[in-house]
Amino acid sequence: MSDETLSFDEALAKYDPVLGFEVHVELNTRTKMFDAAPNAFGDVPNTNTTPVSLGLPGVLPMVNRTAVESAIKLGLALGCEIAPVSEFSRKNYFYPDTPKNFQTSQYDKPIAENGSLDVELEDGTVFTVDIERAHMEEDAGKLSHMGGAGRIQGASYSLVDYNRAGVPLIEIVTRPIRGAGERAPELARAYVAAIREIVKNLGISDARMERGNVRCDANVSLMPKGADTLGTRTETKNVNSMRSVERAVRYEICRHAAVLDSGAPIVQETRHWHEDTRETTSGRPKSDADDYRYFPEPDLVPVVTDAEWIERLRAELPEPPAERRRRLKAEWGYSEEEFRDVVNAGVMDQIEETIATGASAAVARKWWMGEISRLAKQREVEPGELGVTPATVVELNQLIEKGEINDKIARQVLEHVLDDEGTPAEVVEKRGLAVVSDEGALSTAVDEALAAMPDVAEKIRGGKVQAAGAVVGQVMKATRGQADAGRVRELILQKLGVEG
Amino acid sequence: MSRNELVQLSAAAAAAKLAAGEVSSEELTRAHLEHIASTEGEALDAADRSRGTSGLNSFLHVAQEEALATARGVDASRAAGDDLHPLAGVPVAVKDNIVTRGMPTTAASRMLEGWLSPYDATVVAKLREARMPILGKTNLDEFAMGSSTEHSAFGATRNPWDLDRIPGGSGGGSAAAVAAFQAPLALGSDTGGSIRQPAAVTGSVGVHPTYGSVSRYGAIAMASSLDQIGPHARTVRDAALLHEVLGGHDPRDATSLKDPVGPYAAQAAEGAAEGGLRGMRVGVVKELLDAEGIQAGVSQRFRESLEALRAAGAEVLEVSLPNLRYSLGAYYLIMSSEVSSNLAKYDGVRFGSRTLPEDGPVTIERVMAATRAAGFNPEAKRRIILGTYALSAGYYDQYYGAAQKVRTLVMRDFEQAFGQVDVLVSPTSPTTAFPVGEKVEDPLAMYLNDIATIPVNLAGVPAISVPGGLAPENGLPVGVQFVAPVREDARLYRAAAGLEAALEAEWGGPLLDRLPSTESLISARTEGAAK
Repeated sequence: MSDETLSFDEALAKYDPVLGFEVHVELNTRTKMFDAAPNAFGDVPNTNTTPVSLGLPGVLPMVNRTAVESAIKLGLALGCEIAPVSEFSRKNYFYPDTPKNFQTSQYDKPIAENGSLDVELEDGTVFTVDIERAHMEEDAGKLSHMGGAGRIQGASYSLVDYNRAGVPLIEIVTRPIRGAGERAPELARAYVAAIREIVKNLGISDARMERGNVRCDANVSLMPKGADTLGTRTETKNVNSMRSVERAVRYEICRHAAVLDSGAPIVQETRHWHEDTRETTSGRPKSDADDYRYFPEPDLVPVVTDAEWIERLRAELPEPPAERRRRLKAEWGYSEEEFRDVVNAGVMDQIEETIATGASAAVARKWWMGEISRLAKQREVEPGELGVTPATVVELNQLIEKGEINDKIARQVLEHVLDDEGTPAEVVEKRGLAVVSDEGALSTAVDEALAAMPDVAEKIRGGKVQAAGAVVGQVMKATRGQADAGRVRELILQKLGVEG
Repeated sequence: MSRNELVQLSAAAAAAKLAAGEVSSEELTRAHLEHIASTEGEALDAADRSRGTSGLNSFLHVAQEEALATARGVDASRAAGDDLHPLAGVPVAVKDNIVTRGMPTTAASRMLEGWLSPYDATVVAKLREARMPILGKTNLDEFAMGSSTEHSAFGATRNPWDLDRIPGGSGGGSAAAVAAFQAPLALGSDTGGSIRQPAAVTGSVGVHPTYGSVSRYGAIAMASSLDQIGPHARTVRDAALLHEVLGGHDPRDATSLKDPVGPYAAQAAEGAAEGGLRGMRVGVVKELLDAEGIQAGVSQRFRESLEALRAAGAEVLEVSLPNLRYSLGAYYLIMSSEVSSNLAKYDGVRFGSRTLPEDGPVTIERVMAATRAAGFNPEAKRRIILGTYALSAGYYDQYYGAAQKVRTLVMRDFEQAFGQVDVLVSPTSPTTAFPVGEKVEDPLAMYLNDIATIPVNLAGVPAISVPGGLAPENGLPVGVQFVAPVREDARLYRAAAGLEAALEAEWGGPLLDRLPSTESLISARTEGAAK
């Protein structure tokens, strides 16, 4: 049975939404957070394990230094303070996805705190999101409930794969985000996109949402317009695509509004998002009194970060994505809209490289947003994955500028390059695609065309200059498109004694 | 050499005879295995192992074939002129809460019955590297929780001085095995005195090394911040030799120290030499001297030990550790809190035994509950419940948090005391071995037995227990404990060896020379039972 919802507009007319996010990022370290088992996706279940990640009697954890460095880098990228001393704690609960029946996580002494992130919506509006903390922890194993509806209730048995148990995670927690209003769902999506972009840019995560590398828990609450106290929140768990995040937040706003309108209280609980029905359903009730009996992990010593280490990592940080976009847009001189299209098409890196290889900004954009994007769509891949190199684009453009080929031929050449026939110059050479610039041959071809189309020739002579296009087409056909169409038109008019 | 002569060799003496080719490791190992067979006793109830045996019951598993194979390998290498570790071929026993490949590890709990570890503990790997034949796995209180070894799921171990008495705990199996000549050396684990108190009540030597100086990887965790693996032996020098095998940094243990190992045996030799204690300042812990419930004979032998120390040239002073009296309370909160978390993994899902609910639905929660209800003994449950409570939201500061503050105060007390003296000394345990069954229903009385050993674990400092003689009232062993500053384990060996030498000179030989024959005790007892 579906819950009552208000329309989004009605909800926004009465209430201000407040958002909060907990985003879990799986790191792409070679080994797990606390042991030497490989951190790899998609392998045979329970093969990427050691006695440590299986929690066998007697084992002890060791902190993965690369994971700590990743956490520091992410903390710095989010403008956080890096704690000189941070600590791991045990979060105790009985559930078979954690082999030890506790998760080793950071609790009251996280590695990074008090940051902020500027999140840009598609139209360029910027929201500043305050980051409360980013902390390190280990992932749990993966449970598959067999029989029933794929849930533990009603399942006849459950399988557990500990390959994921112990994979390093960083959890990024925001402070409550107010004032997004009607743009709250959009902001949710943009926030997750921004986190994903940052971790990819830092090279610390593969950031593939379909593999669960980035997972978002979205908190939503509503305040009556004009009120100042936060409402009761719900936490929608594991929303695993950016589109779903946007939809889930929108749904929860509409659902909360209907509940509040009915005079009922919001139940503080976790909710599950269903992409098929585009609804959330109630999970387990959650209260602040959930007792995980946290205490400092006695098998680990505190993580101590000295200033020298932090500064070295800071120096290694790549340029932040938002800053880079601002810089490139200015350097390339694209309009707001042109640049946004480039970003949305995902070809910013390619254009940058093409320009670096020797093309102008305009030419690079023309190719990547034009023919390459068209071919990519046709072949159902991302433009960046088509296999076109910046060198190919530059070479094609040089051939055009030298007059050896025209735009139309260039597009054919590109397809042949993609079919592995060689470089553009080699394709032109092999296939004899160079423009026919021999005036004699061209003159003969024009004569033949005019002779074949006497009525058209008569019309042109009579002043219907636009009819010349038909003759041009005939000549182009005869020369297999290798003639310079402009020159052909000039010759036709010249031979018929008409002014162009 | 006869079997009796072979098993009575100290590890150092056995190593010398092996090196000289006077005896083979196979002979030596076989002698120990035969002695184990003749002293372990018969099962009292073949269907119920928890009833124990008519003898010592110090071993839960005897690894006869593996031990002999290792011994033969060492003999062959020696014959081929290979370089060997000084202790190569000297047999050793391993407490059964330390994991071993190829032989069971149960922690004396039904929970792990039938489980085989796929890996070796770091200390076991070191024994194998030194090529010391592993005789088997020794009995303990379940998951090392207890002071009597009565809490073993596989029957109590008996004290070789009197089979009706406890051998201490939790390492009663290792201590009894060493004292009764079943093994020259054994590994133990010490969380609140589990090596030292059994050593004291069996007349043997036991060492709690500086926390972090011996790897804990592969020791089944009881209370991680207090657990420490250490040696059991009959002499201070033997303990030092085994400690040198076990020590050193382990990249698998985050709490492992990077200090160099030793020299322990050399310090023991110096301490035992003429004038070895000259100038050493020994502090008597005032609060432990007249502790409540201290047995008269323990007190008497302890004071005689102080005289022996003075006679050997040590300066004996009295020092105060005012916060010591809060140790027991703090220990029971920290220990039980860590226990409640460390023992959570025993739920029947992944390994060990599984118990299904007697009736009703078979859900994961109910299987976990039934497994834990059946798999843990009352002592384990008592500690899990106490620890779960102490860590609960709203109680954390009051219990766990406060206990950690007390721990800091105890550490400071030790630091202050070591500003005045080189080592501290006290009785190891306030009483001699008590009769089996006497305190098993009175946990508080049992806990009080550890009053002198527990502060050492809270502070992470090294400590040793050495024989102090037999209490006049009952003829049972008394232990003397030395404590040294963190990372000064070598100083410990020097002091303890000095006292050992002085007392043995008075006694005319080692205390264990006076141990009654275990075989005679068993037959007397069996005959008694038959009448």
